[in-house]
Amino acid sequence: MSDTVKLTYQVSHEDFTRAGEASSDVKRHLKKMGFSPEVVRKVAIAMYEGEINMVIHAKGGTIDVEISPDDILMVLKDVGPGIPDIEKAMQAGYSTAPDNVRALGFGAGMGLPNMKQYSDEMEIDTKLGVGTTVTMKVYQG
Amino acid sequence: MTVREIQETLGARVISGEEWLDKEVHTACGSDMMSDVLAFVKDQAVLLTGLCNPQVIRTAEMMDIVCIVFVRSKKPDDNMIELANEREIPILCTGHRMFSACGLLYEKGLRGGTDYERYS
Repeated sequence: MSDTVKLTYQVSHEDFTRAGEASSDVKRHLKKMGFSPEVVRKVAIAMYEGEINMVIHAKGGTIDVEISPDDILMVLKDVGPGIPDIEKAMQAGYSTAPDNVRALGFGAGMGLPNMKQYSDEMEIDTKLGVGTTVTMKVYQG
Repeated sequence: MTVREIQETLGARVISGEEWLDKEVHTACGSDMMSDVLAFVKDQAVLLTGLCNPQVIRTAEMMDIVCIVFVRSKKPDDNMIELANEREIPILCTGHRMFSACGLLYEKGLRGGTDYERYS
């Protein structure tokens, strides 16, 4: 595991049933590369929540993943509406998701809090009307 | 508890994954909100849910969930079954409603397994 592996995914918003394919692929990569189950799970959940968010709120986007021996870096970039109030969005239970999303089992207001919980570092860069970039890191050890 | 014991306790039908019925289950989670599942579930869990869409399988995959039980006789489609088979997650289906299904498993000694005080 000495080399850095770089992966890029386009996340489409058109088919909700496909949301999670990118996270699933990263999970398989990490397993194969011998990362511990705990690290694999943290990355998978954090990224999956991010992926779902991109589908629900932002009409898709791009995810770049860099897997190095020390940590896994995920950069989720969308050109969506931006987050008006990050502090509120970070509160567990606060949600702006429409009812049709709730009917699918999401929109409980746990997305960003979960991403924060399962990543070791998280940064949100957002601008209204321009888009949001979420950067997350999970440490190997 | 094994997946097979869960199946027997709930009188559930095995939809797919017959070959993984001897897998061990340590905890359980009953929820229709996948975000809550992603927040709370730990350690070789069975997921009981009345939600029936591909994101249930995806969520189970991310959480390393051992087995999915659809309550209220919800039936997964072929696409979901295929996804679950690829991930080696057996799917059961029971006519019990959520409360009864959870209660029956609780009675057999299965627990939620999360420190509920964390968010209270």
